[in-house]
Amino acid sequence: MSAADTAWMLVATALVLLMTPALGFFYGGLVRAKNALNTLMMSVCALGFVGLAWALIGYSIAFAPGNGFMGGLSRVLLRGVGLDAQGTIPHLLFMAYQATFAIITAALISGAIVERMRFGPYLSFITLWSLFVYAPIAHWVWGGGFLATMGALDFAGGTVVHVNAGVAALVAAIVLGPRKDYARQAFLPHNVAFTVLGAGLLWFGWFGFNAGSALAANGVAALAFTNTMMAPAATLVVWTLLDLWRTGRATAVGAATAIVVGLVAITPAAGFVGPKGGIILGALAALPSYFALLVRARTRLDDSLDVVAAHGLGGTVGALLTGVLAQKVWNGVADGLAFGNPRQLWIQFLAVLASIVYSAAGTFVLLKLVALVAPLRAATREEGLGLDVTQHGEEAYAAAEGAILVLPDALPMDTVGVPELEPEGGRA
Amino acid sequence: MKLVVAIVRPEALSAVLEALFRAEVRGLTINRVQGHGGEVERVETYRGTTVKMELSEKVRLEIGVSDHFVEPTVKAILGSARTGDVGDGKIFVLPVEKVYRIRTGEEDQAAVTPIDETAPVLVR
Repeated sequence: MSAADTAWMLVATALVLLMTPALGFFYGGLVRAKNALNTLMMSVCALGFVGLAWALIGYSIAFAPGNGFMGGLSRVLLRGVGLDAQGTIPHLLFMAYQATFAIITAALISGAIVERMRFGPYLSFITLWSLFVYAPIAHWVWGGGFLATMGALDFAGGTVVHVNAGVAALVAAIVLGPRKDYARQAFLPHNVAFTVLGAGLLWFGWFGFNAGSALAANGVAALAFTNTMMAPAATLVVWTLLDLWRTGRATAVGAATAIVVGLVAITPAAGFVGPKGGIILGALAALPSYFALLVRARTRLDDSLDVVAAHGLGGTVGALLTGVLAQKVWNGVADGLAFGNPRQLWIQFLAVLASIVYSAAGTFVLLKLVALVAPLRAATREEGLGLDVTQHGEEAYAAAEGAILVLPDALPMDTVGVPELEPEGGRA
Repeated sequence: MKLVVAIVRPEALSAVLEALFRAEVRGLTINRVQGHGGEVERVETYRGTTVKMELSEKVRLEIGVSDHFVEPTVKAILGSARTGDVGDGKIFVLPVEKVYRIRTGEEDQAAVTPIDETAPVLVR
């Protein structure tokens, strides 16, 4: 057990947890004002529902000893997860750190189905998804499953988190169908400043996500940390230049998206590529996502906030480029194609493929299961009014005019306790 | 000349604008307004405070038209803003005493008739 490692992982866990509300702001700014709270709640409630599901069952499926496909049930209800060492940090802290990954991965999917999915079915879906899709794939890569045995490199979750969430988002967007008026009306972001704020906080939290995945305060963490800074910087530069070249204007939504794409792409590679490799990876990652966004907007696929282009595609590009740019002198594990080991790229490809197939099938089955119990979509009328009022009974930007206080029935006016004579300035 | 004032649901605005432009009604002004019609009030809760929202968000369109344009304008709005539920809004048609176009100083009929078909249309 190491005090330094424990201290760093305590901080890293808090950093990653912050990413989920940050994602809420990133997504929340991109929707219309009438759906702002619903979109934020989709991320915020994942903190509770997925967090709890992880502690109760998910952690065991992902990290308890089991077979190549999934872990056993020996850690259910945190049995045996105490203060003894897991590596060099307390086992309990390792569990909490991994919980923050499960939470944000599930919340990422929400970007594909905002402004139309009912809240109860959404909560049921992401909770089940974190147990039956996320936890097994986490086991494959990090829990000693078959991808780990094969030698697939995924430092902080390019396949487990981003390819997985991106594919789930694609399937969810198809199953739910487009929003009413999609491709007929323009849906504009209601608060781009929120989106930029969210992207900034995501970047901040991502240092915990990537550098924390070293699970120690050491050189690998420093490498991952630096890559987490430089790769998105490169993506941002390339993206901004593409914007300027195409339209003559650099956009703020574009910059926020670029940051996220760069972060996604460096995630699997963070501790495996050198700093030059990280910069090249970040710069290259801008291209496919940039053009995928342009194409997607012309299709019938209402992946509303482009989870597929940013996370699915960005994650895939990052995972494959890890197999190209990995450098044994930096990571001590394996070289990639560019350093004489083409087999690594093949392994990376298989890992991405396995995640895509399992995530797509699992997501589809779970959504159809939830749909058997309750309809997934809000009624067209509710969609028109906005999901804030219809799902939550609140508005993000309520006008106080015309709001009449409803007093509880049991307390008639004279017993509420308004004194007859209020002394001048008597109220504290 | 008449002034057509229509109060519609915000979510119907895009459909209304589309119908108006299809009916070749090009000059209009809109505001976001709040009002109370016959609709059931919404109940919202903030922490322990429960409130009835008596005012609903609406959009008011003001459209100055020449007399023979009143009917197509009203028809376009009726057709596009109706959901059948309480709260679809109202249309008022008001007489107008005088209209001036500021750019040219044209008056009345000439002032509400678009001259240049290719001139940019101002929405919102």
